Amino acid sequence: MVCIEDFGTFETAWCPGCGNFAILEAMKKALVASGLAPRDVLFVSGIGQAAKAPHYLNANVFNGLHGRALPAATGAKLANPRLTVIAESGDGCTYGEGGNHFLAAVRRNINLTLVVHDNQVYGLTKGQASPTSEQGFVTKTQPHGVFSAPFNPVAVAVAMHAGFVARGFSGEIEALAGLIAQGIAHPGFALVDVLQPCVSFNKVNTFSWYRKRCAPLPPEYDPTDWDAAVHTAAEWGERIPVGVIYRNDRPCFESHFPVLDTRPPAYGSVDRDALREIIKAMG
Amino acid sequence: MEKSVTILIGGEAGQGLLTVGQILSKALVRSGYHIVVTQDYMSRIRGGHNTFVVRASASPIHAPREGADILIAFDARSVNEHIRNLNDGGIIVMDAEEQADCQGFACLRVPAASLGKPALFNIMAAGIAGALLGLDDGLLEKCLREEVGDSLQEGGEALRAGSTWARETGVSRSLPPPSPDTPRIMVNGNEALALGAMAGGLRFASFYPMTPGTSVMLALLSHADRMGLIVEQAEDEIAAVNMALGASFAGAPALVATSGGGFALMAEGVSLAGMTETPIVIIVAQRPGPATGLPTRTEQGDLNFVLHAGHGEFPRALLAPGSPEQCFKLAARALRLAEQSQGPVFILTDQFLADSCRAVEPFDPGSVQPVHPRESCPADETGYARYAFTESGVSPRALPGFGANLVVADSDEHTEDGHITENLAVRARMVEKRLRKSDILRKECIRPVCLGDEDPDILLVCWGSTLGAAREAAAELSSRAIKAATLHFSQVWPLVPEGFLPLLERSRKVVIVEGNATGQFARLLRRECGFVPHARVSRYDGLPLTPEYILRELVDEGIV
Repeated sequence: MVCIEDFGTFETAWCPGCGNFAILEAMKKALVASGLAPRDVLFVSGIGQAAKAPHYLNANVFNGLHGRALPAATGAKLANPRLTVIAESGDGCTYGEGGNHFLAAVRRNINLTLVVHDNQVYGLTKGQASPTSEQGFVTKTQPHGVFSAPFNPVAVAVAMHAGFVARGFSGEIEALAGLIAQGIAHPGFALVDVLQPCVSFNKVNTFSWYRKRCAPLPPEYDPTDWDAAVHTAAEWGERIPVGVIYRNDRPCFESHFPVLDTRPPAYGSVDRDALREIIKAMG
Repeated sequence: MEKSVTILIGGEAGQGLLTVGQILSKALVRSGYHIVVTQDYMSRIRGGHNTFVVRASASPIHAPREGADILIAFDARSVNEHIRNLNDGGIIVMDAEEQADCQGFACLRVPAASLGKPALFNIMAAGIAGALLGLDDGLLEKCLREEVGDSLQEGGEALRAGSTWARETGVSRSLPPPSPDTPRIMVNGNEALALGAMAGGLRFASFYPMTPGTSVMLALLSHADRMGLIVEQAEDEIAAVNMALGASFAGAPALVATSGGGFALMAEGVSLAGMTETPIVIIVAQRPGPATGLPTRTEQGDLNFVLHAGHGEFPRALLAPGSPEQCFKLAARALRLAEQSQGPVFILTDQFLADSCRAVEPFDPGSVQPVHPRESCPADETGYARYAFTESGVSPRALPGFGANLVVADSDEHTEDGHITENLAVRARMVEKRLRKSDILRKECIRPVCLGDEDPDILLVCWGSTLGAAREAAAELSSRAIKAATLHFSQVWPLVPEGFLPLLERSRKVVIVEGNATGQFARLLRRECGFVPHARVSRYDGLPLTPEYILRELVDEGIV
């Protein structure tokens, strides 16, 4: 049996009070609940304070470049689909630098779970606006406030019929662990966008700001109803719905490659006879 | 020069000249001839002016020639533009409906409308050219079917009508009979790279389309299902390289293929491969830059870029095949080198070699040793550290999910177990560890090959795809009783001067031949071993180097 201690405890580089601690805790709980041991899991992250999270638990880790967690995770999953692959990074990394990869991952519907630490600000580079920062949000690099409209990752993912779309809040560890575990269990692309405070650089969207607004979806809410999900995903104001906003059963990307079932790339070897025949046929 | 025949097919994009070229080339190869194909096409789908040139010979040939013996003109423009290329005794084949001045050359004006459907002029032309060359009708028809499928019934009729009509004219330009030899296959540089990579253990490839790199992926895709490969078109080149690195990290030998502009986007991935010590093969099929440049033409202008791309310091190797045979071998070797050195290995090719079909002896997959990362995984151990300090700099590479070892890789500077560190003493040791791997690449470095006189008066130094042109230019000099030789580098980094400096120093005149304006390889040689050549031959107009071009330049430079 896997237990939470298997994932260890590490010294972190995070500020006291950072929402990352709660997300890390929820992640470990989700892994235990999913019956996954450290060796079964590959974390792929980008760069940022959130992207350091995989260093603080026992697992396989590929901590790559800023914005590039999803392509690296996609390659790893296609090489060895028997791994549970979790991509984890922040809002700047995932939706800014990696925006195109986010759209492509949703379209592919590859079976991996993307957990985004979304605090609406850049932390590691010290407080610049992120793609999810609200209009008017003042920073040293946006001294007149952010002019651009914020990116709503949940609404975009729902609009694109992503396989599984959830929004969580770092203040609700048990609920968040449940969302991550559901994302892992979902046989396709799963987005868990996690709202969290940044105690150092976001003095607007604070813990209490989120606490006041984040409201669990009612039990009768049907996440398979796309029209309702579009509406729910767009809600952002005095009330911000959290929970599984949308899911469907689109076939996952891997299902189009029979070889991934029988002989995934990481397991395969060269079929020299087949290659000889291919070469011969070129004569 | 050798007894060879060059057939130049010219016309607009969309007129079917590629079909004629492919049918003729294949029929020539199957008849036992050697060929060198040069494709010159404009970056457009319809219209413009394109050529497909096939040079054929009963004895081995290695380069294109500028002169043509048969000009198959799909339009008057092709006659006007290429009549100056015709050798003495050259023959023009054109639709009788087209008006052009043939300047006294033999001209076969094809009554296409009376021979069949004028729209099938290209297939009639294949039959005519085949008849002129003395090729077998049945073989041509078989090649036609393979090229266009069985569905085109009228195709066979047009081909036969063409060849019958041509025979009745009594005009001929037949080749000497080929010497009985082993059967050959027809393959271009990019196909050979794909075959070599598959033989070498490739399991994963990702790309974003960019000419002339894309055809490596097309070749892989056409065999992917059978060979169990995953080939994915990524959303951009940045994704392509990061995807390949993810796949390689997880145990699938991986490559990407692109051209200069796409490679510019991949540069961050090169550095990531260096830092995370992840094997990857990066094929850069060069075309003229800067920026979008000439998308469908050739150049060797990205040597410096590929040599230096990626921030930070880490080892790399650059291979530069000079023929399809070398493409096959070096693709497999690149995968092995990447695995041995746990880092990036590049293959520099270009549009000319990528598209140049040749007749080669069938490649033997058994002649290369494929990589199997899974088989060299270390046994489970407590406290496995992905970046353990070792004497060679190479740390035992475990793969995630194969055993209990946890594999942690990081783009940040890291400790032996792969976690972020800002311990500066560890940083310095990691730099040294990574750079120690350069010794493996130096040890495995392929020496340049000298062809011709071992003590030459003129040594033509070249790299990559210019091998054939330099070799034939040197042969031409030798035939004029000049002691000449070619020194070809199929690996341009790292350089091990002991392997070639003595030859450079004892040669009376050393000329560096390369397809760029600034002499990038010449400068590299000077930087690495202080050697300054006597002259340079460079070409940067988008066309491949030819023996004639080199000889003209040698005269202009006062070398001969």
